[in-house]
Amino acid sequence: MTGFNAKSISRARISMYCCLHHRHLLELLKQTAVHGESNSALIIGPRGSGKTALLNHVLKDLREMKQVKENLLEVHLNGLLQTNDKVALKEITRQLHLENVVGDKVFGSFAENLVFLLEALRKGDRTSSCPVLFVLDEFDLFVHHKNQTLLYNLFDVSQSAQTPVTVIGLTCRQDILELLEKRVKSRFSHRRIYLMNSFAFKQYIRIFKEQLSLPAEFPDKAFAQKWNSNIQLLSEDKAVQDVLQNLFHYSKDLRSLHFLLMLALSNVTVRHPLITASDLQEASKQYRMDSKANIVHGLSVLEICLIIAMKHLNEVYEGEPFNFQMVYNEFQKFIQRKAHCMYNFEKPVVMKAFEHLLQLELVKPIERPSVRSQREYLLMELLLDNNQIMDALQVYPNCPTDVKQWAASSLSWL
Amino acid sequence: MPILEHPAYPPATLLCLESLVPCRESQVSMLLSIFGERQQLSFPSIFIYGHTSSGKTYVMKTLLNTLQLPHVFVNCVECFTSRLLLEEILIQLHNGSSETKQASPVPCDTFNDFVRLFKQALTSQNLQDQTVYVVLDRAEQLREMEANVLPAFLRLQELTDRNVTVILLSEIVWEMFRPNTGCFEPFILYFPDYSIGHLQKILSQNHPPEYSADFYSAYINILLGVFYMVCRDLKELQHLAALNFSKYCEPVVRREAKERDTRKLWKNIEPHLKKAMQTVYLREISSSQWERLQCEEEEPGQIKGLSAHAHVELPYYSKFLLIAAYLASYNPARTDKRFFLKHHGKIKKTNFMKKHEKTSNHLLGPKPFPLDRLLAILYSIVDNRVAPTANIFSQHIYCGHDENWTIC
Repeated sequence: MTGFNAKSISRARISMYCCLHHRHLLELLKQTAVHGESNSALIIGPRGSGKTALLNHVLKDLREMKQVKENLLEVHLNGLLQTNDKVALKEITRQLHLENVVGDKVFGSFAENLVFLLEALRKGDRTSSCPVLFVLDEFDLFVHHKNQTLLYNLFDVSQSAQTPVTVIGLTCRQDILELLEKRVKSRFSHRRIYLMNSFAFKQYIRIFKEQLSLPAEFPDKAFAQKWNSNIQLLSEDKAVQDVLQNLFHYSKDLRSLHFLLMLALSNVTVRHPLITASDLQEASKQYRMDSKANIVHGLSVLEICLIIAMKHLNEVYEGEPFNFQMVYNEFQKFIQRKAHCMYNFEKPVVMKAFEHLLQLELVKPIERPSVRSQREYLLMELLLDNNQIMDALQVYPNCPTDVKQWAASSLSWL
Repeated sequence: MPILEHPAYPPATLLCLESLVPCRESQVSMLLSIFGERQQLSFPSIFIYGHTSSGKTYVMKTLLNTLQLPHVFVNCVECFTSRLLLEEILIQLHNGSSETKQASPVPCDTFNDFVRLFKQALTSQNLQDQTVYVVLDRAEQLREMEANVLPAFLRLQELTDRNVTVILLSEIVWEMFRPNTGCFEPFILYFPDYSIGHLQKILSQNHPPEYSADFYSAYINILLGVFYMVCRDLKELQHLAALNFSKYCEPVVRREAKERDTRKLWKNIEPHLKKAMQTVYLREISSSQWERLQCEEEEPGQIKGLSAHAHVELPYYSKFLLIAAYLASYNPARTDKRFFLKHHGKIKKTNFMKKHEKTSNHLLGPKPFPLDRLLAILYSIVDNRVAPTANIFSQHIYCGHDENWTIC
C-alpha cells in the first residue's frame, strides 16, 4: 500500500505543475544540454511544495531526449551533507569520476581546482566540453559556508563562456537573495521559479482522490474497481470534506495530507477493506493531538499539583520566573488549608517530582545552572499556558476534586 | 481472538509477540501497518514519544527481534558525538549477519562519508531488498550535536536512495526538536502512559511461583495505593515491588497471618512502605542496604538516609561564624547598620522596598556577601572580644564556604 502511495504523490504533484513551471525549467535545461549555454536558477518554495519532485520529473524527461542522452553530466550536492566547501569539492570530484585524474595534486585555491575539473571534462577534440548540471539542494545552507566560495565559483563559471554549466538551487527560504553576498548575487542570473501551493480547495479534493485511487496496473481488478468507487463516494461526503477543509486551513502542503491519509489507511485490514469517513475523522483527531497535553495526562498527582502551583505563581506575579522554593511554598499552602486527599509529602519527594518535570522539559531554567547557585533557588519558567493546563485537567483520569477546585481558583482558600 | 494480524508475518510469531507486549497492542499494530511487508518502502522517519518507562525501547526491541527485521539500535546518550553515533551505526550494520564481532571501527567523520559507507554496507550485507531500521534511542541528544545531524537523519531514505527507515524514541515532544527552517516532518506516534489498571496487570505478571497470583495482586494493590500519587514510572514501581515483597510475606512465613488476612498484612507493610518512600525511593540508601535492614528487623525509625548525616557538632567560633554567615546571606546590606550598631537611625522605606515586600528573602535564596561583612557581623554578635587570629580564619575553611561566600 505504501509503495503505491509514494508513486501517486509524485504523479499528483506533477499534474499540478505540468503546465507552467515544468516547461520553463525544461527549456532552461535544454538550452544548456543541447545548445551549450550556461545558466543559473533558483527554485523557491515552502517545505513540501514539490521542488525536488518537479526537478526530478524534468530531469527524467530531459534524459529521455535523444540529443541529451550521452551528453549531460549531473552533480547533486546537498547542504545537509556537504557542510563545508572542501567536502563539497571532493564530492564534485567523486561524482564527475575524476578522482584518478586529480590524484594527489595540490591546488592553490578553490577556483583553480574547479577550473581543472571542468577542463578535464573537455572532449577529445578540445573544442567543446560536456555540459554539467549542478543541483544544490538545501541551497540556503551553502550560503553559510566561509566566504560563500563554492557559490561564487559556480556562478562565476556559469557566467564565463568556457564550459556550459547550469546551477540549479532548491531552497525553502523566501529571503535567499538577501543572504547572498554582493559578488555572488551579481553573478547569479536572478532567474527564480516560485512554487507556492497555490491551488484552491476544489483542486485539493481532486488531489485527495487521485492520491487514494489505485492505478490501472493494480493486479486485482475487481477490488480496484470497488476501492476507487468508494474513494469517489468519500470525496463527495460532507464529513470527509469537513476534515479536509480543517487540514487545508491549517497547512496546504501535500505532506500533511499524506500523513493524514497514512493514519487513515493504517486501519485497513482484511476485515475492514474499505476506508470510511469515520476512519478519516479518527485520523484527523489523532493528527491534531496536542502533544504536551498528552504528556501532562501521564503525570502523577503530585506533579500535577506542582504544575497548578506554578500556574498560580504565574498569575500572581504576572509571568515572572519562579524557583522551586516558591513552588513548594505554594504547594504547602494548599496542603495545609484544603487538601484532604493529599498526604503531606516530604520536601525531597516533592523535589524528585519537580526534577521529573524538568527532565520532561515542561519547566525550563532561564539560565544555565552554575556551580554557585543551589538547585532549589534556580529561576525557571513554565512552558505550558493556562488553557493547556485547564484542558489537560479535564481529561486527567481520577483527578481528586480538591485539586481540580484549587486549579480553578486560587483565591477560594483565602 | 488475536489482536495483531498482518498478512506478511506468520500468525504464530504474531501471537508470541502479543504475549510479550501487554497493554501495547494497538501501538504495535499501528507500527506493523506502517512497516508493511519486508520489501516495501516504509515512511522515511518515525518519531515515537511518551513518558519514561512507557515501553518505547522495550516494544521497539521486542518487535524488531521477534519479527527478525534487519535493524541497528543506538543509544544517543552512549554515542554522544556525531562521529561516535555514525561509526556505531556502521559497526552494527557490518556485524549484523556475521557471527564474529569486529572491533575495528570504520572511520567516519562527516555525514557525507556516512551516506557513502552506509550504501556500501547495505550492498555488502545483501540488505538492499528489505527495509533496514535505524533506531535512535534518547533522540533528544541529537539536538546537542551539529545542526545537520537531525535533519539529515530524518531524510536518510532520500539521501541514500535506499530502503531505510529511521525511528527516533524520546520523552520530549516533537515541537522542541523542530529546526528553525523546518525539516522533513516524521510520522509522530504517541505511546500513552499506563493507566492504573495496566500497571496492576503488568506488575502482577512478575509474581514468584511460591505464592498465588491473587496474593501478589493484593500486594501490588497496596503498593500502588501508597506510591501511585507520587510516581507512575513502571521501572521504579517494579523495583520497589521486588524489594518490599519479602517484608510483606513475613507474617505468612512466621504463621502469624494467613494469605487472606489483608488487614493484618496491610498493617504490617504500611509503615514500611512509607519509610521506603523517604529512603529507597529517593536513593538515600542503596537497595542492598535496604534489604539488609529488612533482614535485621530493626525499628523503622532507625533507618537513616544520607541527609540524616548532616548534623555535625561544630566548635564555638564556627557556630558563631555560621550564624553570622546566615545573617549576612539573608539580610540586605543596608539593614546591617540598624541591627548591629548601638546608635542607629531609622531606615526610610523606598519605593523599591515596597514593591518587593511580598517575596520573602527565604523564597529567593541566599545572596552572596563579601568576607569583610561576615567578619564585621561576627565581631558584633559575639559577646567577648574576638582576636582576629589565624584560628578564626582556619575555621572559615572548616565550615566549607565557597569563594563567593553564601550559606547553603
